Order: sequence, then structure tokens, then C-alpha cells
Amino acid sequence: MGRLFDFMLPDNKSPLTADSTDGLFHFITEVSLVLLVGITIAMIYFAFKYKRKSEDDKTPLITHNNTLEITWSVIPLLITLVVFGWGYSGWLNLKAVPNDAYEIQATAYKWNWNFNYENGAQTLNELHVPAGRPVKVVMQSRDVLHSFFIPDYRVKHDVVPGRYTYVWFQAEEAGESQIFCAEYCGTSHSDMLAKVIVHEPDEFEEWLDLNGGGIQGSPVEQGEQLVNLQGCQACHSLDGSAKIGPTFKGLWGREQQLADGSTIIVDENYIRESILNPGSKVVEGYQNVMAPYEGRIDDDEITNIIEYLKTID
Amino acid sequence: MAITAETKKMTTLQVKRFKPSENPTNTYLTDEKGVWAWMTTVDHKKIGIMYLVSVAFFFALAGFLAIALRTELWTPAKTFIEADTYNQLFTLHGAMMVFFVLIPSIPAALGNFILPMQLGAKDVAFPRLNLASFYIYVIGAIFTFAALASGGFDTGWTFYTPYSSDTNAAGVIWVTLGVFILGFSSILTGTNFIATIHKLRAPGLEWGKLPLNIWALYATSIIQVLATPVLAITILLLAFENIMDIGIFDPAKGGDPVLFQHFFWFYSHPAVYIMIVPGFGIISEVITTFSKKTIFGYWAIALSSLAIAFIGFLVWGHHMFTSGQSAVATTVFSFLTFLVGIPTGIKILNWVATLYKGSIQMKTPMLYVFIFLFLFSIGGFTGITLGALSVDIHLHDTYYVVAHFHYVMMGGTLMALLAGLHYWWPKMTGKMYNETLGKIAAVLIFIGFNMTFLPQFVMGAQGMPRRYYNYIDQFTPFHQTSTIGSYILGVAFLIILYYLLKSLFGGEKAPSNPWNSRGLEWQSTSPPDFHNFDHTPVVINGPYDYHKPMEEFQLGLAVSHNGHDAHADVETKEEKA
Repeated sequence: MGRLFDFMLPDNKSPLTADSTDGLFHFITEVSLVLLVGITIAMIYFAFKYKRKSEDDKTPLITHNNTLEITWSVIPLLITLVVFGWGYSGWLNLKAVPNDAYEIQATAYKWNWNFNYENGAQTLNELHVPAGRPVKVVMQSRDVLHSFFIPDYRVKHDVVPGRYTYVWFQAEEAGESQIFCAEYCGTSHSDMLAKVIVHEPDEFEEWLDLNGGGIQGSPVEQGEQLVNLQGCQACHSLDGSAKIGPTFKGLWGREQQLADGSTIIVDENYIRESILNPGSKVVEGYQNVMAPYEGRIDDDEITNIIEYLKTID
Repeated sequence: MAITAETKKMTTLQVKRFKPSENPTNTYLTDEKGVWAWMTTVDHKKIGIMYLVSVAFFFALAGFLAIALRTELWTPAKTFIEADTYNQLFTLHGAMMVFFVLIPSIPAALGNFILPMQLGAKDVAFPRLNLASFYIYVIGAIFTFAALASGGFDTGWTFYTPYSSDTNAAGVIWVTLGVFILGFSSILTGTNFIATIHKLRAPGLEWGKLPLNIWALYATSIIQVLATPVLAITILLLAFENIMDIGIFDPAKGGDPVLFQHFFWFYSHPAVYIMIVPGFGIISEVITTFSKKTIFGYWAIALSSLAIAFIGFLVWGHHMFTSGQSAVATTVFSFLTFLVGIPTGIKILNWVATLYKGSIQMKTPMLYVFIFLFLFSIGGFTGITLGALSVDIHLHDTYYVVAHFHYVMMGGTLMALLAGLHYWWPKMTGKMYNETLGKIAAVLIFIGFNMTFLPQFVMGAQGMPRRYYNYIDQFTPFHQTSTIGSYILGVAFLIILYYLLKSLFGGEKAPSNPWNSRGLEWQSTSPPDFHNFDHTPVVINGPYDYHKPMEEFQLGLAVSHNGHDAHADVETKEEKA
């Protein structure tokens, strides 16, 4: 029996958040199995034992039995109250972030996860955390609902535009775990994946130092880092293939056919407008699905991205 | 002594036995013929059949989509359709199954046919309104097809904002208006049934003698009338937001996306009971007939339907444990969710107890009842798992939820529908279906269903999120098992379609009461007369009094007035002709 349940749940890599959940999952599943087997055996036994012998069979008049009714109402009620209390206490624990938790900011948008660390380090679709220490991820969404789900830690929370939500966990050992987006968010919902990468504490510090300080280098280098961190390539290819959005390859100076029938030459102002307000000039053959960057990116960053895009041909 | 409506108490009804003819010359099928007669009919039986055909059509369509979805999931990456197509197909599958199949299936199709007959009435209280509700359903369907024509919609059947207000606006507006219109069909059917149950019961048919199917439909109607308007309001607000740019649910316009979820589930959770409670009614009818035995715990089953209807209004927030709703709300909703599980458990145990010392005949409808009891129990138990707060955090929006609601909706409602369809088929059509093929199909459905959805519990618990077009490799074996299962299900439904159609053309002629049921609807000819009975039925016994002889269930007024509003005096009316 134990092996069946180990098979049903993924590895428990954050016992502080997963233990209570797993215990309750086992409890409910086991009690349910016992009751289900009982009901099924009773049904099948009755079906054979009381099989119709002839059309003139007489059956006894049994209308009800209050003792039975009360028994099979009260016992399940008590069991479910236990389940409620157990689930409630486990859930309170998921809500109560330990005081010394290490905080990381996460931004979700179609269809990427962006993580920001205390020293300005940024990662795309990789969440780097130290082992053996509680981590709190504070989340926001730029566009629609998403949901941050790490099966190995048994944590999940919707990421809601216009408000902050959070999860916490404590990975005990170095390693990797899968992050899913669990709330449907459009075309590439099922590709909105990320990985948790758990480092030993001192390795984490090293990693942080190496990647700290944010975006650096020449304008073109900075632009490239920005494009990578924002996950632009989820929709815009660099090799000329058409994805959800037009390719970046040879974009600069291209004559672009727009959905409204007009054409435009791609220049600084067009790129700027397309980043800040993508819906204003949609390219022929594509949907208007990109989230506007208005208020989320500054002018210098846009300039650097433009410099980088000029180099892709 | 004939009585008048004014002298209610302590009067004697003159009754005599009316044994239904085995060779009816005039039935509802021969009475009005031709397409126009069907389209303009106010006969509840014909309207029920028209609903049944429509529901079957949408079921075939949405079932075909399910097969396409399962085929796409054969491989972790693209198998044969694009991501956007996949997203539109699962949305369409869900929306059609919920709004066009499950909600109208039992109440509007089988209920329309059976409810007035079980009450001993000639029709529902408002026959024209009944026809209107069918056409409103048709108009709702036309809007949905208009949505497909205008670019489709890929929001999921839940239409969560702000995704639904941002993307594919035209398709979303058409389909939500379709659902809005459909809601009125549901409300009108509910109103009609409530009025009919209150006012058109045959003489002697007191509340305590109502078949449990009627109690179930009564509870369902209450939910339909009270909950559906909220859906209408929600959808209107969504349309306002999309068309006039008023910020209600979209944070970019100053709205609140979680508010939409509250509104949506305030309807859609009770709607789950609109789908399942009528199924409970069918189970009670079939299990007593094929056990030849009184139902165990009549009042427990009748009142638990009402309890479910009322508590069902207070648990909508359990769909939103991870949404960011308030902590207090989350706690209360979890607690109430367990309370609504109890009356459901009571029903199952009462049905099993009904089998005890019965005379059990395993005909196809009974086979479906057994399948129902097994599958629906699994659906119920996994509902407890999902109601537990901490566990739901892990399982929410995974395949575990998908498996759970398929066990409840397909393993529950659809199995009950199949039980009812086979049970009442001889009454509705006057023909017997092929019993052997019926059993083969039922067994295939049982195998195919479990093969499709059991693996989904496992991969869901392992973390496989729902609505995923691509998935990570480790889930491949589960998905492939599930896909094979869905093909078996498809074959089984084709077999059912085959033998039911075959029975219509050249099936064996059905006797008036092939199962020797004590139910009032079986005391008419097969198929029934245009006005159901050619007499006014009188009821003296309970609907499941199998210890009493059949003669006592074949009574009608000896004189020709309708006898409504008169109370039969149980002690004195045994004078049979």
C-alpha cells in the first residue's frame, strides 16, 4: 500500500510544506479505499445472493432504519471533520511564512517566469534558491492569471494581475524541481515551465555574486541581456522562423505589412511603440496577444533593445 | 359517490382498475405526425424527445472532440493539431458537455417525458412555456455556432477573466451570450416543473408518495430557478466589460479578476448539482424496480436531495482555494464542502441497503446503476480529497481534478442517464432494445471509462497540470493509457447508438410494463397515449410498494372529471371494478 502512494505523489523535496499534505492525502485515500471496497463487495454480494429466482419473488418490506441512518451519517461526518481540521492546519502552515525566509520576486507573463533577487540578479525561467533555508516567492502578473506550481514542494498559488501573492517552501537538498503554470493562460500555457535550482548555501552565495549587479556592458550587450531576461524569444525567433510573433531576424529596416492593410518601415519609433503598446500596429497574420510594456521598461532599456535588434540579420 | 373540488376532506373517490392495453391503437407518436406537428407540439413527451435528440447530437459532437483531444495527447509534443486548435477544442468540449448536454440531459430530456407521467398529469403546468424553453435552447446553440464562425474561443468553459476579456473578444461575446440565453431555457424548465409538481399531482398523490425521481427533479428545479440568474448577471457584466470597456473584472480597466470567479462559481457550483441530482432520481427508480423492493430510507433520500440543493449554494469558494480569496472565506468554504458530502454519502448507503433481501435482476439499466454506484463513489471520495485545504493546494488545476469531475459527471450523471434511457426506452418508443448488446456496451463503458480516467488521478497527483497541450515526458504512459481508454468508450457509445436505432426500426414490441415496475408512468400504454392516460389515475400506495399487488397500482377515477384537488381517502377507496 505504501508503495502505491509513493508512486502517486512526486518526491517530497520540501518536507516543511509537503509532509502534512502527504499525510492527509494518504489518510483520505486509504479510508476511501476501505469504504469503496466495502460498498463494492456489499453490492456484488447482494447481487448474487439475492438474484431474482422468479417473477413472483416476494421481498420483505424494509422501509428504513433510523439507527443505521444515524450511524452512517455521524461516522462519515466525524471522519470528514478530522479531514477538515487536518487540511486546515496544513494550509495555515502553507500561509505562515517563517520570519527568516529568503525573499525572491517573481513576475509571470505570457509565457515566462522572471525572477529578481536582492542584489539585482535576474533570471528567466530558472529559480535559484539556497538549500535548507525557507524561501518566499512574492509574485505578480503582467497580463492574465497564471499559477505558480511546484509539485515536489506541494505548493501552488495563482498569480493575479493587480495584486501580490506568495508561496513559501524550504528545499532541503541541492537539486532541481519542476515549476508549472497551472492556470490556463493561452497558446503556450503548457510551455510556461521553469526549474527550481537548489544550491548548497555557499554555492548559492557564489552564484548570486556572479550574477549580481544586473544588466551590464555595451548597449548591444545590454539589449541582448534584456531580450533574454524578458523571454522575448518565447514568441519572437532569432532564426527567421515564425512563432507566435514575427521573427527578430532581419526586422530592422524591413517593410512590414500590418493587419489593417497599411505598410510600415521598421524603425526606432515603430519598435518603441510595439514594445510599449503592441496592439497599436499588429503585423499581418499575427494575433494581438503581447502584454503592453508601458510603465514596465524605461527609455534607456528600449534604446538598448533597439540597438541589439539592429544586429540580428 | 362523485365528489367536487370543494369537499376536500373525508370524501370517497370512486375508483376502478384500468389495466393498460398491450396493443394501443392511438399513441402520442401516431397522434400528431409530420415535422411541423413535432416542431409546434406542446406535448411534453415530444418536447422531451426533441431535447433528447439535441442532447445526443451535442454529446456526439463534444465526445468526438474529446477523442480528438485524447489523440493529440498521445505524444508529449504536437501529434496532429496546433496548440491554438487544441485550446479551442477543449474549451468547446467542456462548454458543450456542461451547457448543452449535462444540464439539460436528465431534467429537460428524460424529466420532460417522465415527470408529468409520474405525477399522473396530462402534461406539465405550462406546455407552451415548455416548448418555448426548447426553442430558447436552440437559439443558445445557434449563438454558440456563431461564436465558432467568428473565430472561436479558447478561454476554457470557465471564461476566467482577464483572459476572456483580453482575447478573442468576438468569439467570447457570442458564446457567453449563447450561455446567457441557454440559462433562460433552464430557468423556464425549472419553473414549469415546480408548478407542475405542486399543482398537477394525481388524486391521492401526496408529497410522501412522490417518486424519488420527482423529489430529485424538484430539488434540481429550485437550484435552476435560484442560481441561473446569477450566471446571467455575470455574463452580462462580462459582455459590458468587453463591449463598453467598463472595468469590472479586468485589472487593466480597474476591475477584479477574482470577483469574476466568485460570480461564476456561485452559479457553476450549484450547476454541478443541477447535473447530478436528477441522476440520483433515476437511480432510485431503477434500483427499486430491479430489486422488486421498497426503497430503503425514502425520506433520507428525498430530503438529502433538498439538503444538497441548499448547502450546494454555499460551497462555491472551494473552486478558489489557490485564487487569492480571503483566508476566512477559504476556511468556511472548505468546512461547508464536507457538509455537502454527507447527504451524498447517505444516498449511496441507502441505495446499497435497498438491494438487501431484494429480488435482483441484472438488466442493462440495473447494470448501469451498479456502474454508477462504483464510479460515483470514487468521484465522491476524491471530492473529499479535493475539499481538504492543504491537499487541494497541491491538486488544484491538475489532472486529479479532471479525473474527479469526470467520475462525478460522466461516471455519475451520464451513467444515470444511460440507466434511465434504457429503463424508459420501452415506454418512450414502444420498442425493446437488444439486451445482450446493451450489457456488452455497458461493460465496455465501464472498462473504457476506468482506463481513461484512473491514470488521470495518478498523473494529476504527480503534478500534471490540466489544459496542457504539451507535457513533460514522464507522463507519457498515463496519457497513452488514457487515450486507449477513450477509444474503447467511443466504440461502446457507437454500439449503443447502433442497437437503439435498430430497435426503433424493427425492434421487438415493448409491453406496457416490461420490468413489472410499480411506478405510475408504467401504468400507461407503451408508448403512452397523447394525454398519457385515458383516465385520471388515482394513487393509494407508495411508489415502491412492491409488497402490494399490481392491481392496486392500476387505479383511476371511475367517473369522468379530473379529480385534482381531491384527496383520496386511503381507507375507503379499495372498491375496484
